[in-house]
Amino acid sequence: MERSIIRLLTCGSVDDGKSTLIGRLLVETDSIPHDTIDSTRNIRRSGSTIAAGEIDFSLLTDGLEAEREQGITIDVAYRSMSLLDGKRLIISDAPGHEQYTRNMAVAASRADIALVLVDATKGVRTQTLRHLTICSLMGISRVIVAINKLDAMEYSQSVFEEIRSHVQTALTRMHLDDVLFIPLSALAGDNVVQGSTHMNWYRGQTLLESIQEWRPAELADASPRMRIQLISRADNFRGVSGTVHRGSFTVGDEIKIFPSNQAAKIAKIITYKEEIQTAHDSDAVTLLLEPEVDATRGDLIAAASEELHPSDRFNAEIVWLHEDPLIHSRSYLLIAGTSQTPATVTRIRHKIDVNTGSQNPASNLGVNEIGSVEIATDAPLTLLPYLQSREFGNFILVDRLTFRTVGAGMIRHSLRRGENVVLQKYEVNKSARAVQKNQRAQVIWLTGLSGSGKSTIANGVEKRLHALGMHAYVLDGDNLRMGLNSDLGFTPEDRAENVRRISEVAKVLVDAGLIVLVAVISPFETDRQRAKSLFDEGEFLEVFVDTPVEVCVDRDPKGLYKKANKGEIPNFTGIGQGYETPKNPDLHLKGDADLDENVTKVLGVII
Amino acid sequence: MSVDQKILKALESESIEILRETAAAFRKPVMMYSIGKDSSVLLHLAKKAFYPAPIPFPLLHIDTTWKFREMISFRDQVVAEAGAKLFVHTNKEGVASGANPFTTGISEYTRIMKTVALRQALDEHAFDAAIGGSRRDEEKSRAKERIFSVRDAGHKWDPRNQRPELWRTYNTRLAPGQTMRVFPLSDWTEIDIWRYILQENIEVNPLYFAKERPMVKRGDQLIMVDDERYPLLDGEKPEMIKVRFRTLGCYPLTAAVESTATNITEIVEEVFAVKLSERATRLIDGAKEDSMEKKKTEGYF
Repeated sequence: MERSIIRLLTCGSVDDGKSTLIGRLLVETDSIPHDTIDSTRNIRRSGSTIAAGEIDFSLLTDGLEAEREQGITIDVAYRSMSLLDGKRLIISDAPGHEQYTRNMAVAASRADIALVLVDATKGVRTQTLRHLTICSLMGISRVIVAINKLDAMEYSQSVFEEIRSHVQTALTRMHLDDVLFIPLSALAGDNVVQGSTHMNWYRGQTLLESIQEWRPAELADASPRMRIQLISRADNFRGVSGTVHRGSFTVGDEIKIFPSNQAAKIAKIITYKEEIQTAHDSDAVTLLLEPEVDATRGDLIAAASEELHPSDRFNAEIVWLHEDPLIHSRSYLLIAGTSQTPATVTRIRHKIDVNTGSQNPASNLGVNEIGSVEIATDAPLTLLPYLQSREFGNFILVDRLTFRTVGAGMIRHSLRRGENVVLQKYEVNKSARAVQKNQRAQVIWLTGLSGSGKSTIANGVEKRLHALGMHAYVLDGDNLRMGLNSDLGFTPEDRAENVRRISEVAKVLVDAGLIVLVAVISPFETDRQRAKSLFDEGEFLEVFVDTPVEVCVDRDPKGLYKKANKGEIPNFTGIGQGYETPKNPDLHLKGDADLDENVTKVLGVII
Repeated sequence: MSVDQKILKALESESIEILRETAAAFRKPVMMYSIGKDSSVLLHLAKKAFYPAPIPFPLLHIDTTWKFREMISFRDQVVAEAGAKLFVHTNKEGVASGANPFTTGISEYTRIMKTVALRQALDEHAFDAAIGGSRRDEEKSRAKERIFSVRDAGHKWDPRNQRPELWRTYNTRLAPGQTMRVFPLSDWTEIDIWRYILQENIEVNPLYFAKERPMVKRGDQLIMVDDERYPLLDGEKPEMIKVRFRTLGCYPLTAAVESTATNITEIVEEVFAVKLSERATRLIDGAKEDSMEKKKTEGYF
């Protein structure tokens, strides 16, 4: 198998001579317009020692103004060049510093080959090991360790050998099978495109040769798959469009659609203005299926012989990309290919030290950190281990309010639990139970500061409902913390879990046909949204008990504000921790208004 | 297939995937149509991506009123043939204020008639995604652009805080006020564009082919006098010179190159032989080092 486009990741810092190396590679393969080369003859970085009028190779790849000021690359830049055998090389140039681990992960995610630079005058540094760790994690096929600046070390073989054996020791704990070592000088041009006359002790390939002769590994299992991107509709036509991955689909093939497990046959394969017999790896096509099955965007098409197991529980590695840390039990949006589903990290197994590869216990993941986690999705997904398939083993996590991409994940394996626990359907259902009680089952979620009056209002509402002969139940945050949630504290992670458990209990009670009154501070919007997402439309009513904090402090029914103000309760809402005001509550109560008035308002939305 | 054909096939498939993703994930996408060769390729790819269904989004052309006349006639003909819906937008306040490429100053003229005009059009129609034909090989700040690139309220690009984009797993979700710019041709190079035009027999604007045209010299740039609005120097007369254009923009701001290439094959040969970046013929880019990044942060494509 051959690839016409090869993707190369370059990692290392400006200090290692990375930009100079890429610049030289581009210039010596005649991949750069001549006016662009000339423009580097009269611009200089501060502190540059390159003579005026000479080419500063390093300026050819550093784009943004801010980066030129700081003298470093702060985001991934892409460059295309032609290899001498006619193939295309797309270079993704990643920044080297630790605070840019996320940028390196971005650049590495699609790379076939990684070029890891080592400055021979400095030897193997922490960042070299970090780069190798990330390459291993992101599934890079070939790593080329370029030992640069040997011109400054008298082209010494022993310097090269020492660095090589140091790196090889570190490689024993990684999944990198194809690692090459090349001694070179980017500044002087040894072993980049031209061989070196200074290092007769080296008989291996130049950098360019080692890139050109790379081939992707043969797939042990090449059965075809396609994720459905969209349903194509025209006159009397309904096809499914997507890109074929691995293997090929041929007209007449029996296929299966996951996760629904429906079977069908490929009746036609359509490209622009023609029908073809066979669609190969990487082809973007539209399939006409027979019979016309109920398939949607996000579904996966595979050969009928394939045994795929959709699951809703996975072990995965996650690279955290955002300044707000990963919070276990918080709900995120998981995007895998063309499917999107809410997901929760249920457990952080450990954090991986990117510099040493060692595993450390952790309760959260900060920006640029990598961890091994367990993740639960709201809907079953057809994912494969990342080591087996990069394409079907990756996902991203997205914040549900800001929609920022906050995490990048690689599936290690699915957890059997997800497959073996099947929803048991009972014939008497929620609505049957509620009708029997002459009411509509629902949850009234009271959120607000401690002392805002949530429990008092819930109590008042329950009394009135009871008097009306209706079946209600109060879930009180404080009371549940004495039993079900007695293992939880008040950190954002524990609060997320507290809300998750209460919402799951509320769901059971709603299923039993009850009107559930929840009184819990629930200070974070994402946690409340996640709770809401468990219920059907109109079944979850958010009530904001809006009481000025001075009034709460004044009431202080449990003496908690006093303690918190003395610093005895860390993470106390309104003092050590913020309260996120509900954006669109179904009911907004003034907590310092008359109690009966508030109770009546709540009853108004229930009945 | 030759290596070149394989490269084109891979680029084509990826672009189609991006176009389909845009159509499936956004409420109201639009495709920028600027009449140039990249737009011609983009339009062709859009036909391919959705066949046999029609192109599911409209096209948008920002007309500064200073485009080559041959561009406008070509535009109307091509769009009609494609059966697509076209919106044309001009910044009318800009025209009324007398903004022009000669006395307004190139940067200010571009801001008013292109950047502001684009923002007006996107807001007016409430488009949530705009597909553009920019390529990463065109210019240094474009080399850092994501494929799905978020714009904040006011269409501003923050190059220091781009959304991470991993694998081919695209986050197409937007927070309130945000819009998306989508670049299906990110990985294409100028030579790929011409080879693909040749291979697919895509019709391109006649201005790309060498022909004797009325030209004047400004510095070392050759400018075509396309209508009577061009201010000639005292006693100056346009000279007929055989030229073609490498990119198409506003005629007073787009320099020609002397050339004898009269068909696509000859253009491909010429692009190979001439080692000059294509934007070297755009007068606005040279205004100041980094000027493209500045324009992009304000909302330019």
